[in-house]
Amino acid sequence: MEWFNTIIIMLDATLRVATPLLFAALAGMFSERAGVVDISLEGKMLASAFAAAAASSVTGSVWCGLLAGIATSVFFALIHGFACITHRGDQVVSGVAINILVAGLTVTLGRYWFQQGGQTPQLKDAERFKPIEFPFAQELADVPVIGHVYSELLSGHNILVYLAFALVPLSAWVLYRTRFGLRLRAVGENPSAVDTAGISVTWLRYRGVLICGVLCGFAGAYLSTALTGGFIANMTAGKGFMALAALIFGKWRPVPVMLACLLFGFLDAAAVRLQGVEIADGVAIPVELINAAPYILTVFLLAGFIGKAIAPKAVGTPYVKER
Amino acid sequence: MNQSMPNWVNYALIPVINVLLAFLVSAIVFVMIDINPIEAAEVMIKGAFGSEGLGYTLYYTTNLIFTGLAVSVAFHAGLFNIGGEGQAYLGGLGVVLVCLGFGDQLPLFILMPLCILGAAFFGAAWAFIPAYLQAKRGSHIVITTIMFNFLASSLMVYLLVNVMKDPRQMAPVSSAIPEASQLPSFQDMMAAIGVSIGSSPLNLSFFFALIACVLVWIYVWHTRWGYELRSVGFNRNAAQYAGISHVKVIVVTMMISGALSGMMGINEVQGVSHQLKLDFVAGYGFTGIAVALMGRNHPIGVILASLLFGGLYQGGSDLAFDFENVDREIVVVIQGLVILFSGALEHMLRPQIVKIPMLYAKLRASNNQNGSAEA
Amino acid sequence: MYALELKNINKSFGDVHANKNICLQIPKGTIHGIVGENGAGKSTLMSIIYGFYEPDNGEILVNGNALKINDSCDAIAAGIGMVHQHFMLVENFTVLENVLLGAEDGAMLNESLGKARKRLEKLEEEFSLEVNVDAIVERLSVGLQQRVEILKALYRDAKILILDEPTGVLTPQETKHLFKILNILKEQGVTIVLITHKLQEILDITDNVSVMRQGEMVAHTKTKGTTREELAELMVGRKVRLKVDKSDSEVKESLLSIQNLSVIDHQNVPRVNNVSLEVKAGEVVGIAGVSGNGQSELLEAIAGITAIQAGKIQFAKEAITPEHPISPDKIRKLGVAHVPEDRHKMGMVTKMTASEAAILGYHNDKTYNGRILMDLKAVEQDCAEKMQRWDVRPPKPELKSANFSGGNQQKLIIAREVEQNPDVLLIGQPTRGVDIGAIEFIHEQVIKLRDAGKAVLLVSVELEEIMALADRIVVMFDGQIVGEVAAKDADELTLGLMMANAAGNEDNQQEN
Repeated sequence: MEWFNTIIIMLDATLRVATPLLFAALAGMFSERAGVVDISLEGKMLASAFAAAAASSVTGSVWCGLLAGIATSVFFALIHGFACITHRGDQVVSGVAINILVAGLTVTLGRYWFQQGGQTPQLKDAERFKPIEFPFAQELADVPVIGHVYSELLSGHNILVYLAFALVPLSAWVLYRTRFGLRLRAVGENPSAVDTAGISVTWLRYRGVLICGVLCGFAGAYLSTALTGGFIANMTAGKGFMALAALIFGKWRPVPVMLACLLFGFLDAAAVRLQGVEIADGVAIPVELINAAPYILTVFLLAGFIGKAIAPKAVGTPYVKER
Repeated sequence: MNQSMPNWVNYALIPVINVLLAFLVSAIVFVMIDINPIEAAEVMIKGAFGSEGLGYTLYYTTNLIFTGLAVSVAFHAGLFNIGGEGQAYLGGLGVVLVCLGFGDQLPLFILMPLCILGAAFFGAAWAFIPAYLQAKRGSHIVITTIMFNFLASSLMVYLLVNVMKDPRQMAPVSSAIPEASQLPSFQDMMAAIGVSIGSSPLNLSFFFALIACVLVWIYVWHTRWGYELRSVGFNRNAAQYAGISHVKVIVVTMMISGALSGMMGINEVQGVSHQLKLDFVAGYGFTGIAVALMGRNHPIGVILASLLFGGLYQGGSDLAFDFENVDREIVVVIQGLVILFSGALEHMLRPQIVKIPMLYAKLRASNNQNGSAEA
Repeated sequence: MYALELKNINKSFGDVHANKNICLQIPKGTIHGIVGENGAGKSTLMSIIYGFYEPDNGEILVNGNALKINDSCDAIAAGIGMVHQHFMLVENFTVLENVLLGAEDGAMLNESLGKARKRLEKLEEEFSLEVNVDAIVERLSVGLQQRVEILKALYRDAKILILDEPTGVLTPQETKHLFKILNILKEQGVTIVLITHKLQEILDITDNVSVMRQGEMVAHTKTKGTTREELAELMVGRKVRLKVDKSDSEVKESLLSIQNLSVIDHQNVPRVNNVSLEVKAGEVVGIAGVSGNGQSELLEAIAGITAIQAGKIQFAKEAITPEHPISPDKIRKLGVAHVPEDRHKMGMVTKMTASEAAILGYHNDKTYNGRILMDLKAVEQDCAEKMQRWDVRPPKPELKSANFSGGNQQKLIIAREVEQNPDVLLIGQPTRGVDIGAIEFIHEQVIKLRDAGKAVLLVSVELEEIMALADRIVVMFDGQIVGEVAAKDADELTLGLMMANAAGNEDNQQEN
């Protein structure tokens, strides 16, 4: 059963790593389905991570932290919208700007407020999201396989993990079963069609961008108040970009996006696990290769070597009414 | 519909106003952290352009000219090369390999062009794959170059930890390059002609950067290859009609862009640290985007913008000395704001600004009328 | 009372007065035609009615009520529907989803979809607008996509339907079917506004017609009392010369010979199907046909832009075959010049200066280049000379190409190609969006080239242009050549029948 335990532990780690990716990738999905490219998932996550940890630490309530994180992320989402939708700026440039701006602001403000070189203070228990034990998790822990899966893998995560996975069917429902979803998908494909149908392209895109902001807020708050106990500089460390990769890998659809996040999360868990493990005499598995795998896979997919990723047709182009 | 505006509005007035706006918002951030922005500006200007700091400023400028030019060249072909980080990283590898391999055997004047080639080749090679995938398979270059930044980072960690690590050191760094292969610093060069200046990391590669600017200017605007590059950037169909191979243009342009980014490695590795270090690129590749945007993708603009950002980098260090609880990250805030206002929001004030010269023209016209009436 | 009435509508874009004091009255339940040349201001006017632009002043009355139409939402609420020239459809949605978009009943889709399906089926029956509601739009033919657009308007209870150049992309049968639908709509009390530059259509279907010229309404008249010639004259403001003075052609050796050429597009749809054609020195061969029947692809294949799938394109010295493609720049060197159909999309880089635009495709020539550097002085000098010879105004080579009018841009492009003194000139839509003065000039230049013993292959959707210029006319339909006539024997009726492929098409016979 040793190998089984190992797998359970790795899957458990997978869920933890995949959660922020999933929030951010779903966030990106709403933005890009609306036709707005978002490479500032990273920045919004980082901003939220900082705000959540800071507010949580100051108020002593993790929920205040979460709200602050979401509000901050939404603020940057609105800047992105203001630049890309209202002023038809370049969406990639705006994303780069937000990423850089946030990287600087979080450290600068953190240093000023907390005087710990840019970190927030270590969060106490009430200031963090704690694991939720499922009923009878303790009791069932010894039941082979099923009990194990139940108590070790399914039970014992914090609320945000469950929320992230609950968002997958919810997003699918919104996208494919509601009027808003229909319009959102339409505006990412052909904004002129939406406009001539008497629907405001601007407001629709803003809503996509706003949802993106809220979800990135969750992703960031998860990093600093659930996964760890405080904010440290540049703690997203590329997760926003990996979420972007997962979004592409999942072809802008909720369930495949989730699977991509799980895959990338698993690779990360595997890399940690395989650190220093030798497969033959003196030959270690290059962990860097596993770390790089999500990016390699995405490049392959983009190149059309494994399937084809077709982006929403109007993504990246500002809407200008034609004569 | 007359859309043409005087050039000075497009290339001077609007960029300047946008940068001023970015500074204005930066000032608000300074106020938020209890620093008087005017005092801070004084400290930064003195620190950056005073006799002590100027060398440092120009050293940062060197890096930024390379990465800024790299982004600019690609922009002209309609490509957004966001992979400067990775390309510069690989460029550094190229330099180190040349120096470690031949540093002892070859005189510097032969080694120098080899290093340039090494940096350019490795940078170009790292840009080649995204370029090829974009040109041939239509994968979006923004995404692939982002991915390649992470791949470069993984690759270099692997190399520095497992392959190239100097066993005598704790940190994952390569062995130092032979002294004979190091680029002469400015200080030494000036000393050689009998002028003594303060010590700084500024070195010969600053001139390489300026030469690169001239070459880029010639290439883009004064050769048929530049003509093809701009055609592809403006109108892919027209380029195809003219028999210009967009595949060739994309690949060549991106390789030039990657080579320019890569050459940043010469300054850092051969000129300053004399060894390969983890993360030595430290965001210069991204700042290059700000430089290109602000410099309107023109080499002269790139030089000016690099000087500004180089000044900010250096001034930022002085800020950290003079004020409590602030460090150089504040400069990153300013950078971000500059990209936001002169890049993403560049059209924000255009409708208002455009009215200014129109009003001016009207005023002049009515004056002329009055004048002629009097005559 | 009028279904739609416009009073003194004005709209300017900068210096351009696109609509001047437009007045228009359209009685309920009629089909009203609006004709005018390209750029006469028709589309601007319709965009104002549909809320895309706000007029500078003036009034819009629908059923006698003055309305302010700020956006498409207001227009739809006022019962106005529009079928745009470029369809406003989400291509990867089904017909049903496209119709529903913006007209949903509530926040949940399921219910709306069910209701919409029922209503749509009823509408389809009522107006004989058969379309499979579950089909993905991008898989439908252009004619069917247009029906979806009409259904969209009807689903929103449009009582006034505006169609902007609806037949430009249709085959003759599709056009016929469209007109049938329009007549049914009219019987049901829908008011229809038909915008077109094709006079025959106006005469065929409208009750009243208004003519626009240079931003102004110059005439309103009952269709019954007018003639083609009269309308044409009103449109251009003077008697139109439909004939170009030219002598008989002296045909010599073959300079371009196409044998069994086939071209397929990205989606593997055959565009050119087994076409054989010869163009000889000293003649103009005109290719007539409804736009979208393979003429563009044929021209681009000959120019080396599009790869060919089968057959052979023989020039004087070399031939293109599927195994041996030749790139556009090499084809130029073989003495083939090409004026593309769409000057903005292909003919020039509008963001470059005029002098740079004037060397596109020839930028590698020794004249313009040193060993490494380009000789920018020579480039500018060369352009200045061309501008003088071809009367391009303003004669400023350093100006951005975008700042020239359509006619002047076109002259610059034709100058660039013709002055290379090619053996073969491929020329597509030479006078699209060009003012009348420039048209004559361009036509004269084409004939001059022919008289100099060159071969000219002309593609145009304007029958009059083809008939005026060509010595020999071939007609393309669905990628094939369906007929050929000598220009002197050609009349519009026969050509029109050929373009509709009336002889060989079963659908057509059924409809008759």
